[in-house]
Amino acid sequence: MTIRIAVDNCTGCGQCLAVCPFDALTLEDDKVVVNDACTLCGACVEVCEFEALSMPPEEAGQQPVPRPADGIWIFAEQRRGRLAPVALELLGEGRRLAEQLRVAVAAVLLGHNVQGLAEELIAGGADKVYVVDHPNLAEFLEEPYAAALTALSRRYGPEIILAGATYVGRAFIPRVAALLDTGLTADCTAFAIDPANHLLLQTRPAFGGNIMATILTPRSYPQMATVRPRVMKPWVAEHERQGEIIPVQLAELDQPWRCRFVQTISEITETVPLGEAEVIVAGGRGLQDAKNFRLLAELAELLGGAVGATRAAVDAGWISYQHQIGQTGKTVAAKLYIACGISGAAQHLVGMQSSDLIVAINRDPQAPIFQIADIGLVGDVFEILPALIQQIKANR
Amino acid sequence: MMKIIVCLKQVPESQSVRLDPVTHNLQREGVKSIINPFDLYALEEGLRVREEHGGEVIVLSMGPPQAASALREALTYGADRAILLSDRAFAGADTWATAYTLAAAVRRLDGADLIFCGKQAIDGDTAQVGPELAAFLDIPHVAWARKLIFADTGLLQVERLLDHGYDLVEVQLPALITVVKEINTPRLPSFKAKLRAKSAQIPVWTAADLGLAAERVGFEGSFTRVVKVFPPPARGQRELLDGTPEEMAAALWARLRQWRGQ
Ligand SMILES: Cc1cc2nc3c(=O)[nH]c(=O)nc-3n(C[C@H](O)[C@H](O)[C@H](O)COP(=O)(O)OP(=O)(O)OC[C@H]3O[C@@H](n4cnc5c(N)ncnc54)[C@H](O)[C@@H]3O)c2cc1C
Ligand SMILES: Nc1ncnc2c1ncn2[C@@H]1O[C@H](COP(=O)(O)O)[C@@H](O)[C@H]1O
Repeated sequence: MTIRIAVDNCTGCGQCLAVCPFDALTLEDDKVVVNDACTLCGACVEVCEFEALSMPPEEAGQQPVPRPADGIWIFAEQRRGRLAPVALELLGEGRRLAEQLRVAVAAVLLGHNVQGLAEELIAGGADKVYVVDHPNLAEFLEEPYAAALTALSRRYGPEIILAGATYVGRAFIPRVAALLDTGLTADCTAFAIDPANHLLLQTRPAFGGNIMATILTPRSYPQMATVRPRVMKPWVAEHERQGEIIPVQLAELDQPWRCRFVQTISEITETVPLGEAEVIVAGGRGLQDAKNFRLLAELAELLGGAVGATRAAVDAGWISYQHQIGQTGKTVAAKLYIACGISGAAQHLVGMQSSDLIVAINRDPQAPIFQIADIGLVGDVFEILPALIQQIKANR
Repeated sequence: MMKIIVCLKQVPESQSVRLDPVTHNLQREGVKSIINPFDLYALEEGLRVREEHGGEVIVLSMGPPQAASALREALTYGADRAILLSDRAFAGADTWATAYTLAAAVRRLDGADLIFCGKQAIDGDTAQVGPELAAFLDIPHVAWARKLIFADTGLLQVERLLDHGYDLVEVQLPALITVVKEINTPRLPSFKAKLRAKSAQIPVWTAADLGLAAERVGFEGSFTRVVKVFPPPARGQRELLDGTPEEMAAALWARLRQWRGQ
């Protein structure tokens, strides 16, 4: 299947060739031709002013699937009785969407001895909480977690399932989507409702954040997405809120599983975990040496934040991998991100560009980091940082 | 003896794909196709398991005909054979349809003891194909592996990365493993393998070969639809501070205090 071409409308302007991310379009005799690399992403259809390109029609004869009745579900990720912050963020977003769709929001709590978290979820915006409490869910494992959520979904029928795009969420939610024969959109950063069709519009970055895509799941339920942590706003907790707590027994869970938890080997112990830090002071190759990261640590401490780094700095051995931010490191969304001696390579930007306020200090005015910085300082980090630290100490 | 399948994808080199925020045109000076970088770690791990236990490594990819070059490159690292899944009907596949198609190919290969996938592909960044493939094959999977230990019990122990740190888990084979880059350091292509790769036959399997109905693969088989592609929103008012380092530092601190106050 490829994009449809109305040859008569094509003027050979070439606009579509320029926007195709896949090199799937060429011009032959001044008319556009599509090759097998086409993934039907639709970028060319958007840009064509002459209606020469269109998406293939949806298969005829397809019955619209009836909409399930159980509204919006959010996966309430927890570990050893502590909710992951993203669970409350999802509830906040769930409430916002539920208002438009006029449906209820349910939280799904999987684990062992976790009933106590249900109240917190109700205060955070859940109308009801499904609790599956089972020893086989005490520690995270892909298969039993996927089996539990799949069985619940088959039994109660949600219209939408949202889960955090955490390591846990991204490890097992795809398994659920495959078992339920439905689509899944990864790592979303925005949602909206298409009111005409009552569908969830799921927006996410792709190509390392260089392109945004809006995705629909038009012909299957549930509509599923994982959601980037720290992007959605939690609901303001209302402790007097009432909700229903529904304990569920799943016979499926009693079987012996093909995988088993052995032990936790190491906890990442950071004084301020990067993923949760409101302020991040990050350094790159411009810092030149491990010892200069002390300057960053000092600034971070004054601001109550954590230290981040680019891959170049980590590869140089100046700071450990746990501090790496970007495509092959952590994804963060700080309130304040101060980039010191960082050029702003695409692979670094994907990990930090959803931060609220970005400050860049770099002596090269052409550095791409200045393209996304809210406040730019062109200059030497070794002059500016000590001056800044002094300022803060003097004027706190 | 281990039969190992490594799934790899050909992707555009990420740095070169960028939408111009003004013209919406794709800026792609020198777009190059490469093996998804994370899949090189998957391949390396497959090769290491083969070296330790004997067996064979089959590299598998779904993509347009030109994806054969990625597979051929994989052979230069030492994979034993390669299979390309290519058919016009596969185009436009989302992760569900991709995994569904890969699953049919794995079945046609009579399964494997171990299937390796990269952590994620750098074009789609979804990390979904591996777990979905495991679901279709009804085998267990472990995501984000950084170390494999073959226990005497015949079980595979996997150290894997989660949000809180590293867990050790145990899994029965056959299983699918997605790997993170800490797991190994990929080798360089060998001269001998390069020679062999040059003349290697890479079979191409179509939907018909896999016995798959057209409405279950590619665009038609996909449950998700991309309805819009657009450049990331431009950020707010940008501001450049100037002056001496001391003046800039003072201006910045004043700004940050103001921002904190709001
Ligand atoms: C598959 C893949 C995955 C990757 N994943 C990641 C990732 O997860 N995270 C990541 O960060 N990178 C990643 N990279 C690497 C990335 O492409 C860049 O190489 C890296 O981010 C650059 O780091 P940098 O900005 O510290 O270094 P450079 O690009 O070398 O930039 C250093 C900057 O410091 C400035 N500078 C130098 N001295 C001073 C001074 N005294 N004062 C002020 N400014 C100064 C220079 O002007 C320059 O702009 C990845 C690459 C690939 C191919
Ligand atoms: N078309 C494909 N052919 C073969 N393997 C793939 C394909 N797409 C994805 N994979 C595998 O699945 C992993 C995750 O990809 P993704 O879900 O697209 O991020 C990759 O690292 C590959 O190992």
